[in-house]
Amino acid sequence: MNDSILSLPDTAERLVIDGVALDSRLIMGTGGATSLASLEAALVASGTELTTVALRRYSAHGSGIFELLTRLGIRALPNTAGCYTARDAVLTARLAREALETNWIKLEVIADEDTLLPDPLELFSAAETLVADGFTVFAYTNDDPALARRLEDAGVAVVMPAGSPIGTGLGILNPHNIETIAARTSVPVILDAGVGTASHAALAMELGCDAVLLASAVTRAHRPALMAAAMADAVRAGRAARLAGRIPERSLALASSPGEGLIEALEAPGGATSVDTLLGVHGEGLR
Amino acid sequence: MTSPEICVTVDGRPRRLPAGATVLRLVEDLTGAALTDSGVPADGRRLGVAVAVAGEVVPRGAWSAHVLSDGAVVDVVTAAQGG
Repeated sequence: MNDSILSLPDTAERLVIDGVALDSRLIMGTGGATSLASLEAALVASGTELTTVALRRYSAHGSGIFELLTRLGIRALPNTAGCYTARDAVLTARLAREALETNWIKLEVIADEDTLLPDPLELFSAAETLVADGFTVFAYTNDDPALARRLEDAGVAVVMPAGSPIGTGLGILNPHNIETIAARTSVPVILDAGVGTASHAALAMELGCDAVLLASAVTRAHRPALMAAAMADAVRAGRAARLAGRIPERSLALASSPGEGLIEALEAPGGATSVDTLLGVHGEGLR
Repeated sequence: MTSPEICVTVDGRPRRLPAGATVLRLVEDLTGAALTDSGVPADGRRLGVAVAVAGEVVPRGAWSAHVLSDGAVVDVVTAAQGG
């Protein structure tokens, strides 16, 4: 990588959320890791500065995740994963604020366990309540430009459309919608859910997203730390490509070499080219 | 006559506490941490725990004043891997 290119003013521009500037545009989740040690290696390799945690009943054994993030200097973004109603999500958010001493909340209100897709009505209701309650809301939403607009109007700080259902690794199923959301939303847009491999993360950035949030793609990879490093590169590459301005798509080829000054082979007697003659294609020995 | 013990539900399980026990006392019992009256660990570390009683958050600053009543439903939560 050429660090001098990637430190140009616009490529180096930091993601600012609620007045907090982040150098890394890769936001990690912590679900699915087989051990805290492998999670730590992956988080370090990812270079992330913001990482989601769930909120669960206290266990004397403890999960150690809060201590791990504190030790690594990574800001914790609590979520409301597992909530199916606005009511549960609001209570979970308030508990998270108290437990982790942050107003930031990734709001997830799930419709059903098969798709884990957001329930639009409960999500919107919870978002309104939490915004009014002073939270900085990161709204996990469907890839629906209309709902994204409504959430922004409701005052959420970040719109987080799903590329595809959580944990599927199917990537971005509707790139057009993601691009539309990114283009029409004035608050940061973070692609969330469905990323399976590095090209998906790069595509999200190429489509205009401000950052990517992923978990399973790294924590469930055969080599989590290596995939985390790949994702960090992909997010940087995708953003650089977006800023560089890609070429328009065409239906027919457009030569990249100049058409002038071409060397043309001479027509030889009998229709064979001079090259054929030179190669002895018509020579006795070859026939 | 006041009963010497109460029974509360903590994270879905019954738990006996001395009558007059506060949320602060319950959190100290659960976590093993010594807390100041303002609900923060005496050693200055962050506890990372929140409490709801009957579905309402009890801020840590109110733990020492919140006396649990018999039959109270308490949730004690902390960060876990997820998302």
